[in-house]
This record gives sequence, structure tokens and C-alpha cells, in this order.
Amino acid sequence: MITVETFDTLAAASSAMAGAGSGNRAGAGGSCYMGGGTLVMRAVNYGDGDFSRILRSRDPALLRIEPDGGGVFIGAGATMAAIAGHRETAFLAEAATAVGGPAIRNMATLGGNLFAPPPYGDLSTALLALDARVRTADGQETPMESFFARRRMTGPLVAGVTVPRPEPGVLRFRKVTRVRPKGVSVMAIAVRLPFRSGRLAGVRIAFGAMGPTPVRAKSAESALEGGGLEDARIARAAETLAHDLAPADDALASAWYRQAVAPVHLARLLRSAREG
Amino acid sequence: MTKTAVTFRLNGAETAIFVDGGQNLLDVLRRGVGDLSPKYGCGQGGCGGCSVLVDGTLRLACITLAESVDGASVETAAGLADGPRLHPLQKAFMEGFAAQCGYCTPGMLMAARALLDANPDPAREEVVEAISGNLCRCTGYEPIIDAILAAAADLRGGAAR
Ligand SMILES: Cc1cc2nc3c(=O)[nH]c(=O)nc-3n(C[C@H](O)[C@H](O)[C@H](O)COP(=O)(O)OP(=O)(O)OC[C@H]3O[C@@H](n4cnc5c(N)ncnc54)[C@H](O)[C@@H]3O)c2cc1C
Ligand code: FES
Ligand code: FES
Repeated sequence: MITVETFDTLAAASSAMAGAGSGNRAGAGGSCYMGGGTLVMRAVNYGDGDFSRILRSRDPALLRIEPDGGGVFIGAGATMAAIAGHRETAFLAEAATAVGGPAIRNMATLGGNLFAPPPYGDLSTALLALDARVRTADGQETPMESFFARRRMTGPLVAGVTVPRPEPGVLRFRKVTRVRPKGVSVMAIAVRLPFRSGRLAGVRIAFGAMGPTPVRAKSAESALEGGGLEDARIARAAETLAHDLAPADDALASAWYRQAVAPVHLARLLRSAREG
Repeated sequence: MTKTAVTFRLNGAETAIFVDGGQNLLDVLRRGVGDLSPKYGCGQGGCGGCSVLVDGTLRLACITLAESVDGASVETAAGLADGPRLHPLQKAFMEGFAAQCGYCTPGMLMAARALLDANPDPAREEVVEAISGNLCRCTGYEPIIDAILAAAADLRGGAAR
């Protein structure tokens, strides 16, 4: 038996959540916040959600996509379709469009994507490569990397993310799937390759579906930093991946397979970036 | 159990119903209102059988919280025909053998309807993308894609006349 409570502001939902104890989202403590509901409603339908109370918010601020300093603020309630179609977030269109089919994209939110278990989290993988920051209902901002390192189903609700706008062409995204055009990720790869006077400076390489949350492949980043995209460097970066990735087995692919093909896909993506 | 009153327009007709906490829109449409056109395939967003339009936007009814459509306009395949006159999509599906068992058909029709509303002259790849969330176990998809393209041409011709 489930009760649903709808709040006018995210802050009200967040404090109602906190008032319920430490539990906050699906699987924790009996209360669950619902964004687009693509994952939460599955749990409701199958009765395996471990929560009896759903909290929602119809805060219009959650839908905002707007310039913020040198970047863009994207509200947690913005859908993949809204992000893919908005001028301010055109650099994320490819990653947002990689999520699900059209109906899923009309429903799936940014907030939910940040908490989606693997093999989900395609958009979040791109956000990690862009050094986005997660803004919570209490106004705090956390770098995406520490957010994922400590991702918990408790704590204040997410209000949105702020994303530094990348220079054109600097972000590259690839989703590896087994079904076309739609299919969930064997892995998602997002790389940011900014060149300063002919050398890479500030390389980011992020993988989705290669661990419990999207992760940065830091050894591969260091292998590229300060140089170019020569074959030898690409090969060195690809070789290091095993240190940073910890994929799991699922119905799509075994952990072994994911580890084995990650270097191939990263090298392909880097070579295609070199070719322009 | 607490019930929540929800009112929405279903294919243009005002509809009011009490829903249970956590009840999904598909269940409300099929068991509550008696519109059996959206189908239950998976209950987890994976098959597209329950595709409907909510305020003109394609959604999956099985993972839509029923009370979230309060005040909205919901359209299902049952509302496509105008009396005895089939919608051009329905006609094209029939003529192109795009339905075999027919279980996926109402969802395919709504996904196609959402596409053609936004893009009256889609390329084949755009049709493929538009129905990429809808599974069909019978047709192999080709007749469905052809039917949608045929209906698009028909609708464009109709508008020009
Ligand atoms: C058929 C299908 C295909 C899919 N394909 C993909 C895919 O290709 N790629 C992909 O990345 N994902 C995919 N998904 C997973 C999912 O739809 C997306 O990850 C989506 O972005 C989740 O967002 P939501 O708003 O629907 O989440 P919800 O179901 O509403 O919530 C998911 C989790 O996030 C928490 N949450 C939501 N919003 C907030 C917030 N503001 N603050 C704190 N916690 C919050 C919820 O409590 C819950 O634990 C797919 C799902 C389905 C059913
Ligand atoms: S029943 Fe809704 S998507 Fe399968
Ligand atoms: S016609 Fe049988 S599932 Fe499509």
C-alpha cells in the first residue's frame, strides 16, 4: 500500500523526506522521492521497492534550463527530451538522446539519471566528464566526482546541476549497445579533450556502466595529459583502463567482456576525435 | 486505502475517477475507465505496448503515476478513428499488413501519431527512431515503418487538398 504526497517546492519535499528519518530514496527507509518515475514506478508495479511513501514536487524551478555564470544550470526535473531540445544544452543533446526511446526521454529526468543504477546513467557520464556540480535543495554544491564517490540514497534532494559550457567539439560521447537504435549501455564513454597550444590540458575520460556509478578513468587521463592524440599515446591510455574500471556482470554483458572491450572502444573514440 | 480523485480528458471526453496510491495510468485506463486499447506488456517501460499521449507528449502509461495526469488530456488509440472513419495511420497499418497479432499496434499507432504531429514528413530513420521504444514480436518492423511513411504521405496529401 502506497501513499503519494505532492509538494509545491523541492525544499518542502526535501524536509518532509528528512522528517521521515534518514531514508530518502528507493530502497531506503520507506520513503522515496519520484522524479519522472521511470524507475520508481517499475518498483511500485513489481512491489519490490521497499518503500510505502512516494514524495513528488511540482516546483517549477526544477524544470529550469538557463545560463549560470560561465555555464548552464539544469533543473533536476528537466527531462532528457527537454535537455536534448534546448539551445543552452545543445552540447548534451547527444548524451540525452542516447537515453531510452522517445517516450522514456519524455519522462526520464536529470535527477533520476544521477541516481540510476548501472547500466543506466548515460547523461550523468557526460556530466561527469564536464566537471558538472550537483546542487542540492539546501543550496550546497558538490563536484560530480565526489557526489558519485559518496552517492547515497539519503541526504537532501537534488535541485539540479551546473555545467561549465565546453568549447565546441571538445566533448565526445559514445554509447556502446547491442541493439540499434535503442538499447541500454554495455558502456557509455564521455571524453573532454581541450587543446591548449597543441597539447591536451584538462583531459577528462568518464565511463558509465563500468562500476556502481559513472567513474573517471584517471590513469587514462594522465596518459593523455600534456600530449596529443598520437597512436602510441592512445594505446597507452587504453592499456591503463583496467585500473580504474570495475564493471559488473549483467544480462547485457559480463564484467570480463566489458573490461576486455573498454580499451577498444576508448581507442576508437579517441581516434575519431583526432580525425575531427 | 486512501483514494485520490483524478479528472482528465480521455480522447476529448471529461473523465473522473478515484485512483489508489501508486496506481499507474495503464491500470486506471484499462480497469478503471474501460479503455482497453493501451496494452500491458511488461509494466516496466520496456515494450511500448501502453504508449499514450499526455498533453500531446508520448508517454508510457504503465510507468506514469495515474494522479500525475490530473487536469491533463490523455489520448489513446481508441480515440484515433473518427466514428467509422479510420485514422490514416490505422488505414495504412491495415492495408500494409503492419499488424499481425495486433498486440503492439495501439502503442505503435500512438508513437507514430506523436512523430507525425511533430514531423509530417519524416525520413525512414526518423520513423525507426520514433518507434524504437516499441517492441513487435510478429512483423519484423518493416511493414510498420512502411505503413507510417505511407500514412505520413497520405496526411500530407490530405492537408494539401
Ligand atoms: C525502458 C527503459 C529504458 C531506459 N534506458 C536508459 C538509457 O538508455 N540510459 C539511461 O541512462 N537510463 C535509461 N533508463 C533508466 C531511467 O529511465 C533513466 O536513468 C532516467 O533518467 C531516470 O530518471 P527518472 O526521473 O525517471 O527517475 P525516477 O524513477 O523518478 O527516480 C530514480 C531514482 O532517483 C531518485 N531521484 C529522482 N530525482 C531525484 C532528485 N531530484 N533528488 C534526489 N533523488 C532523486 C529517486 O528517488 C530514485 O531513487 C531506462 C529506463 C527504462 C524503463
Ligand atoms: S507495458 Fe508499458 S512499456 Fe510495457
Ligand atoms: S503485431 Fe504482434 S507484436 Fe506486433
